[in-house]
Amino acid sequence: MPSLLEVKGLKAYYGQTQALYDVGFDLADGGITTLLGANGAGKTTTLRAICNMVRTDGLIRYGGKDLKGMATEEIVRLRIAHVPEGRGTFTTLTVDENLRIAAYTNRDKTVVAAERERVFGYFPRLKERVQQQAGTLSGGEQQMLAIARALMLKPRLMLLDEPSFGLAPLIVVEIFKILRRINEEEKVSILLVEQNAALALDLATHAYVLETGRVVMSGPSAVVKNDENVRKSYLGY
Amino acid sequence: MEQFLQQLASGLANGAIYACVALALVMIYVSTDHLNFAQGEMAMFSTYISWQLMTWGLSFWVAFILAVAFSFVLGVLIERVILRPLHNAPVLSVVVVFIGLLAICNSVAGAIWSYLIKEYPSPFPKSSFGIAGVIGPHQLGVVLVTLIVLTLLFAFFRFTPLGLAMRAAAQNPQMARLVGVRVDWMLALGWGLAAAVGAVAGIMVAHIVYLDPNMMGGILLYAFASALVGGIGNPGGAVVGGFIVGVLENMVAYAGNQIEKATGVYIIGNGEKLTVALIIVIFVLTVKPAGLFGRVIVKRV
Repeated sequence: MPSLLEVKGLKAYYGQTQALYDVGFDLADGGITTLLGANGAGKTTTLRAICNMVRTDGLIRYGGKDLKGMATEEIVRLRIAHVPEGRGTFTTLTVDENLRIAAYTNRDKTVVAAERERVFGYFPRLKERVQQQAGTLSGGEQQMLAIARALMLKPRLMLLDEPSFGLAPLIVVEIFKILRRINEEEKVSILLVEQNAALALDLATHAYVLETGRVVMSGPSAVVKNDENVRKSYLGY
Repeated sequence: MEQFLQQLASGLANGAIYACVALALVMIYVSTDHLNFAQGEMAMFSTYISWQLMTWGLSFWVAFILAVAFSFVLGVLIERVILRPLHNAPVLSVVVVFIGLLAICNSVAGAIWSYLIKEYPSPFPKSSFGIAGVIGPHQLGVVLVTLIVLTLLFAFFRFTPLGLAMRAAAQNPQMARLVGVRVDWMLALGWGLAAAVGAVAGIMVAHIVYLDPNMMGGILLYAFASALVGGIGNPGGAVVGGFIVGVLENMVAYAGNQIEKATGVYIIGNGEKLTVALIIVIFVLTVKPAGLFGRVIVKRV
């Protein structure tokens, strides 16, 4: 399968501090890949680097196009949707506004309304809360809203930063089911960063393990899952 | 009673002006965390433009629209050219630039049009505008024009996709970028709109305070006060704050006059309006530091 996203020798810096030293991976078109690793390994930074939110060096190619030097908002317009860590919503805007903002360049109101309905198909709970301020939603609902808003961008690639963060286990299971549906039904490729390695390895077909800014191991999820080091460090058995 | 109503009406007219300038300040503040000290002088400059256009023979309203459009473009340009390189600069650098802008606007206006005070016409016909003995034609006109402008602006922010994008960019720039909003342009647009609203205020107030390069100095102070009373991060609050400050200062003077009339003792009058208004502002801020409609923001550092 051709790769949609190709990353090679990626380095990233926060000011003088180097956060990534040598990160490389491939993401197949239509596939789900996960980046695993402990706190501070560089998972979030890798996602931020793809959207040019940190200073980077190295190759990031998306759909055959080099993303180097492009502004974040222009990268997003290439249909890369980034769902950031934590509560990725505009808290003072309503649920409806949060969704519409992602489609604001689309002048056609009926198209936007249809998009919204399609997204509500995945998140019926948001439909009930459509006029509510995003800040008043529960943590799980806010995470759903962040994913729903990303869907409004009609992405080819979705970057998800710890969608399970701080949520109750049942909600997490629900969200991961929805992610699988999105991948299958919308043909959205997913790059998933997760602390919950067991869950991530179930969803993803491929996994890369990061340690202090480097990829130390990679392979199909089934293989990575059975690796002894991964089991001990990230799966805990 | 008649005097009371007159004072109230003139307070509302002044308040409308303060509301516009306060709103301009808040619009820039919410998206950049900076207070634009040059807002008043930019408005003054636009007012001179409109005056110049009128002396070239254009009618008031044509000059009005052209001057407001000019201010919009000027605001966008100032953001793109002067402030863009300072996006990551420390606060003090930006403050210095604002003060520089203030001085430049002031001295350029003085150089082109001189510091002599000029009369500025009112566009509102004396015969059909105003209510005799209560509100003058110009005062009523000012209130109407500003209300129309403010309504248009709120409708723009509330109901249009571009307005929504601007609100999102102001609330969380990084997240806005992640949904494809061109945040830098939204900032520039915000500057343009703020400059345009300021220009409306300048053109409306020029008939009352006369046209000169220092005409907006006091008004900017009142506008700061209004924005603070309403809550500096709240556009609606700034507008209400403007009207509150405008009415308040006149009521203070009115009360002073009444006391003098009744007892013959002079306590406060027109001369102390500003002082008393500012004292009340300080009082409000002591009791409610975030302003009447502001929310306390807890910043994680």
